[in-house]
Amino acid sequence: MINYIIRRLLYAIPILIGVNLLTFLLFFVVNTPDDMARLHLGMKRVTPEAIEKWKADHGYDKPIAFNPAAGGMKTLTETVFYEKSLRLFLFDFGRADDGRNIGADIRQRMGPSLAIAIPGLIVGLLVNITVAMLIAFFRASYIDTWGVIVAVAMMSISSLFYIIGGQFIFSKTLRLVPISGYDTGLDAVKFLILPVIVGLVSGVGSGTRWYRTIFLEEIGKDYVRTARAKGLSELSVLFSHVLRNALVPILTGVVVVLPLLFMGSLITESFFSIPGLGSYTIDAINSQDFGIVRAMVFLGSVLYIIGLILTDISYTWVDPRVRL
Amino acid sequence: MVRRLSDYPLFSSLLFMMAVIGCTGGPINSPYREGEAGENILYSSFSARPKHLDPAQSYSSNEITFTGQIYEPPFQYHYLKRPYTLIPLTATKAPVPIYLDTEDKPLAADAPADTVAYSLYEITIQSGIRYQPHPAFAKASDGNFLYHELSANEIAEIDTIGDFKETDSRELVAEDYVYQIKRLAHPKIHSPIYGFMSDYIVGLPELGATLRKVQAKAQKEERKTFLDLRKFPLAGVEIVDRYTYRIKVKGKYPQFPYWLAMPFFAPIPHEADRFYSQSGLIEKNITLDWYPVGTGPYMLSVNNPNRQMVMLKNPNFHGEVFPSEGIPEDSELGLLDDAGKALPFIDKVVFSLEKEGIPIWNKFLQGFYDSSGISSDSFDQAVAISGSGDARLTDEMSEKGIRLMTSTAASTYYIAFNMLDPVIGGYSKSARKLRQAIAIAIDQEESISIFRNGRGIAMQGPLPPGIFGYRDGEAGINRVVYDWVNGRPQRKSIEEAKRLLAEAGYPDGREKVSGKPLIVNFDSTGSGPEVKASFDWMRKQFEKIQVQLVVRNTDYNRFQDKMLKGTAQMFQWGWNADYPDPENFLFLLYGPNAKAEKNGENAANYANPRFDALFEQMRSMENGPRRQEMIDEMIEILREDVPWVSGFHPKQFGLYHAWYRNIKPNLMANNTLKYARVDAALRAEKRGDWNEPRWWPLILVGAVLALGTAPAIVSYRRKERETGRGEIV
Amino acid sequence: MFFSFKAVILWTDSLIYLLLAALIFFAFYVIRREHLRAPWRQIRRRPLAMSALVVLCFYGVIGLSDSVHFRKALPATEGDQVVQYSPEVLSLLDVLLDSLRSHTERTYSEPLATHAFTKEMIEGDDGRQQRAFPRLRYGGAHLDSPETEKTADLLSSLIRGALNGLLLAALLCGLFLVFISRFHRKSFATTMRAVLQGEAETAWRAVFLTIGFFMILGGIATSLSGDYHLFGTDKVGQDVLYLSLKGIRTGLVIGTLTTLVMLPFAVFLGIAAGYFRGWVDDLIQYLYTTLSSVPGVLLIASAVLILQVYMDKNAEDFSSITERADTRLLFLCIILGMTGWIGLCRLLRGETFKIREMEYVQAARALGVSPMKIIFRHILPNVMHIVLIAVVLDFSGLVLAEAVLSYVGVGVDPAMISWGNMINSARLELAREPVVWWSLVSAFIFMFGLVLSANVFSDGVRDAFDPRLR
Repeated sequence: MINYIIRRLLYAIPILIGVNLLTFLLFFVVNTPDDMARLHLGMKRVTPEAIEKWKADHGYDKPIAFNPAAGGMKTLTETVFYEKSLRLFLFDFGRADDGRNIGADIRQRMGPSLAIAIPGLIVGLLVNITVAMLIAFFRASYIDTWGVIVAVAMMSISSLFYIIGGQFIFSKTLRLVPISGYDTGLDAVKFLILPVIVGLVSGVGSGTRWYRTIFLEEIGKDYVRTARAKGLSELSVLFSHVLRNALVPILTGVVVVLPLLFMGSLITESFFSIPGLGSYTIDAINSQDFGIVRAMVFLGSVLYIIGLILTDISYTWVDPRVRL
Repeated sequence: MVRRLSDYPLFSSLLFMMAVIGCTGGPINSPYREGEAGENILYSSFSARPKHLDPAQSYSSNEITFTGQIYEPPFQYHYLKRPYTLIPLTATKAPVPIYLDTEDKPLAADAPADTVAYSLYEITIQSGIRYQPHPAFAKASDGNFLYHELSANEIAEIDTIGDFKETDSRELVAEDYVYQIKRLAHPKIHSPIYGFMSDYIVGLPELGATLRKVQAKAQKEERKTFLDLRKFPLAGVEIVDRYTYRIKVKGKYPQFPYWLAMPFFAPIPHEADRFYSQSGLIEKNITLDWYPVGTGPYMLSVNNPNRQMVMLKNPNFHGEVFPSEGIPEDSELGLLDDAGKALPFIDKVVFSLEKEGIPIWNKFLQGFYDSSGISSDSFDQAVAISGSGDARLTDEMSEKGIRLMTSTAASTYYIAFNMLDPVIGGYSKSARKLRQAIAIAIDQEESISIFRNGRGIAMQGPLPPGIFGYRDGEAGINRVVYDWVNGRPQRKSIEEAKRLLAEAGYPDGREKVSGKPLIVNFDSTGSGPEVKASFDWMRKQFEKIQVQLVVRNTDYNRFQDKMLKGTAQMFQWGWNADYPDPENFLFLLYGPNAKAEKNGENAANYANPRFDALFEQMRSMENGPRRQEMIDEMIEILREDVPWVSGFHPKQFGLYHAWYRNIKPNLMANNTLKYARVDAALRAEKRGDWNEPRWWPLILVGAVLALGTAPAIVSYRRKERETGRGEIV
Repeated sequence: MFFSFKAVILWTDSLIYLLLAALIFFAFYVIRREHLRAPWRQIRRRPLAMSALVVLCFYGVIGLSDSVHFRKALPATEGDQVVQYSPEVLSLLDVLLDSLRSHTERTYSEPLATHAFTKEMIEGDDGRQQRAFPRLRYGGAHLDSPETEKTADLLSSLIRGALNGLLLAALLCGLFLVFISRFHRKSFATTMRAVLQGEAETAWRAVFLTIGFFMILGGIATSLSGDYHLFGTDKVGQDVLYLSLKGIRTGLVIGTLTTLVMLPFAVFLGIAAGYFRGWVDDLIQYLYTTLSSVPGVLLIASAVLILQVYMDKNAEDFSSITERADTRLLFLCIILGMTGWIGLCRLLRGETFKIREMEYVQAARALGVSPMKIIFRHILPNVMHIVLIAVVLDFSGLVLAEAVLSYVGVGVDPAMISWGNMINSARLELAREPVVWWSLVSAFIFMFGLVLSANVFSDGVRDAFDPRLR
């Protein structure tokens, strides 16, 4: 087990280097340091000297990935790529192009992202499983038919509609929750209700349908028939047998996304003005702040790899036959 | 069977939630904390986090909202008087230059511009002005600064500027102003006006060179690099005594005092510079860019650009009173009611982050923001234009007690041609006619009406109203594009445009000889939902004269690149006045200022020798009939050459709630927050009235859901019973 | 009337033709083989899936007619030898909907309105200006006094349209019936009875009902949009119905071409990783883990930027708006495909692992059959059902994704008509008072129709091909 984890962690290093290289390429092919300087210095009265100065000051005056002038090992080390990405592996994210410390910002913005992601995940799971159980329970009745139709219909609606509609109904017309914003501590609750509900509603269609298939697959298995033959009531069959066994695929599916919850949601956060990591990334891409983009991509890939490892571990945990 | 409430977990938890929310009182949809309701706070929003609050660097309008309230340059614009007048802020009297010749001998005040080698501005500031409380000033009992040499342990306990226990203040002295001017040349600070000011302030480029050398040397030796600017002389700026300093400017530059009213020339105490240079603080995002130190009416106490920025009243503010004179209408509007009272009125200003326009507008209507602009989409809800064309609030708005303020901004948005373009640029007769035809075809009035709800004035020339040289009425219209009909300008007909197009060699929009259709490229950098509509509209305009328009939309950097290379064909750009002088607009068309290659602000790359000659004379003149004549001639040249094909001067509409008072739009002044006043009790009352929650639809939805599942439960019961019976049988 | 034109084949057009050819080839391939036909026969029996298929066909026909592009010739000027073509690229659909396309108002107007939505400065006869709602240029322009005549006119137009639609539907269904009865060598009456009672082998009743429903809707829409703007007009006065119809092609292209791009990657890399294992597997795993670690938005944003740089450098090659927008659309498909192949690739890798160990594959290997042959003969046909299910399931997700991408600012070109762009601008319209709801509703209806039918159809496909999941 421990051997396996260590091997996977070592395996992560080339992946992270690859991710870094890719981000770097994508960003610098389209954004020369000159472009970045111009964007940060603003609209009015920018002189070429000012651009040179900005580049020198932010460490973009070196060649991007290959410096033949330096000679020796320095052809690779005296470059923007080397200097800007090596420190990432120590989780030192450096500073954004506007001078702020990225690490400090990420720590600050992690909270709000988790504050919508975690309740969203839990409520979503509970509701989806309940509804799917209900549908599975009433399988082959009008509730099943209509449940699936409604689920498919709900899946066919763009999430933008849910957000726009939710704000329009709950905040503007019914005046039950603030339209957007965020606060710290317990005061945050009133801001989180709407995003969580919207997230729930937009996910309930696909979630229900997916869980329903899992339940139905379990219900078709032999042990269920045996349990029923023993005279157990339908409800207790569902809860004590089907649900327990169906939880395996459900939970392993959830484990993969757990670490990525830190990354926040791009659209929800922008629409509800929640200062999380999702809107941080979007803003950085829009303002072409390479420092932040690089840090977020790196963080994202680290979390993704952790998610993969966790999934493997959770397989062994729920199914002792699997050995790593 | 009796069922208890607890049997319905969902329902009871909902009830519990309602109870929790309900018992706090006040609107439940309020985005603010409960205790704040009755306080003297102003609520506003910001959409993008300000990048720089360091006065040497900040130049964009969203930053000046903050820096304007915190920093005090020597001069300011009078809040009420029009035309805009400069008055002293920390200085004792209005700026009057002394002209010097090449040997530094004084000249008469009316000496001709070409004999003036230098202008000398002597500024004396008031004594007794003190800085806001700040840890940079805090001293230990032995007289040393407490926080200038922080150890790693000490820094570990600090997260924001508020975590320092001791704060102190100090009197403002002339040296602080000089210190800031030197900072413009600092190699670590990227001041946007450094390049520009180097041409004017004597010795600034030399100082920049010296500082760069010192910095480079220190870096090579890997020493800590704090440059104490007091040790480096700046030839053109000298400290006369504790309260007086002089600035020596090359040549005659009558617009220079306007610069002295911008935060670029505000004071920075050297203690703050030293304090913020500690690398441990920079690690924690505690820098001058985020925590300014000023003498102004407000100080920034919370700066969390991810969520909220809060400004508090500066307890050490030197005191200023509300102006007691203005233009005649001001007293009717009640703007002089507070005359002579001490400023500022508001205790605290809260800026919240808002990324989307819709929430801002809705929160304004709910009373959670005190003022709002009007987006084009909510215009009809807010404003009705009366029969005579005056803007008036709708009944819905007036009932809420909202007030409307309008003003024409000192800005020009223009669509221009790149004069270097082989097809559409150039100064030949046919190229000029082609541009004139397009100028007639682009119906700017329609655009203003569709996209801005009539909030703007179609451009007749580059100067917006309110700037010296602007002419109103028939004398001011562009005869190439308009006729004067029934007492107002009327755009010439499309037939006229088609005739011009034919004369230019493109009958029916096709090249005369080859029959090739004429294609015009419009380079733009827009994004967002509004853009598509405006592109579609623009294409429609060109279709009127059967010319195909290709919109080449790209990102900002690509666009800048094209502009610098001079490869764009047609583009849209805008200019906000730095100061109220025609020079600040006409220099946008001055030949040596060309964008291509030279990176000036003349984006059209327009160069007309006669225009350039007139500009060189006009810029150093005092306002008067002679200057007006020259400006008239320059504008006439522009109309004939058409480097700018079309454009408008936006009108700004602001909405203010009844409790928000003392508002007068002032386009030049940026420190206006100190004049505003808020009636918090009225606001709390109105918010309560406007935000009555509506629960019944929720209850209705719950009921429908319950009814919907009822048959299912019934059928389940039956099923259970059936199997039960089955087993028995 | 004859007009000369020059055909323009856009990049996406040619790919669509390619896709169509592939579909037809696939259909023939399936018909020839009994074991492949069986699951399809199961789909044929399901009324819901068949209705969905009919709806998808309607969308497909509109999308295809919007994928035939050409430039009209311009009338000759004096002394003109060479025929010059208009720079404007039109499609067959544009010509069919010419009246909708050219009937533009000044700005917003409500569905079926006769007056503008916003007040404008109107100069009265006496020369005095006043603000009022002006009459529309085209909407209800044939009425003299709209206040009294409009309702009657709308009603009669509606009935006329519905009847026309019904007639057309009856004609179409009749033709179909004749064809079916000929095919099965039965009498017309027996066939009709079987169909009406739902006893036919194929769910023809559902097909006919759907056709009838849409023909009537179409008839009403055609008849009403002749004189009115059925779904109103947008900010610059374009007919919203026209925009929604044009949006179909964009949605279809994104949904289908993306799959076309991703399929080769997913299938070959997935099978290769599963079959060869060892370093090939490691390399492919490395590739997709790395790619999926980079946020999609960044990939898309940078691809769009790269494209823009390329277009600016080669400005002459992209002289018309249509070409620029089309290239961007293609790029979007490619980049979505680049990120989209990972999920399917993983599935196939796992499935190949299993198939590889089956006896017949082991036997083939023992006999020395080359790996390529094994992959094509034995493995590919056995994972085809997974590919098919993944493709139909992905389709609706991609159509929905387009709207979100437009919101983030990296979607299709702003000049391109798409539902995403419509929804995106509707965000502002919803904040208007009174609310401008029709663009959003119209885009919603059209998008919902496509995605819902795609989802329903994909449900059917999944059920038929993967009995385990039923």
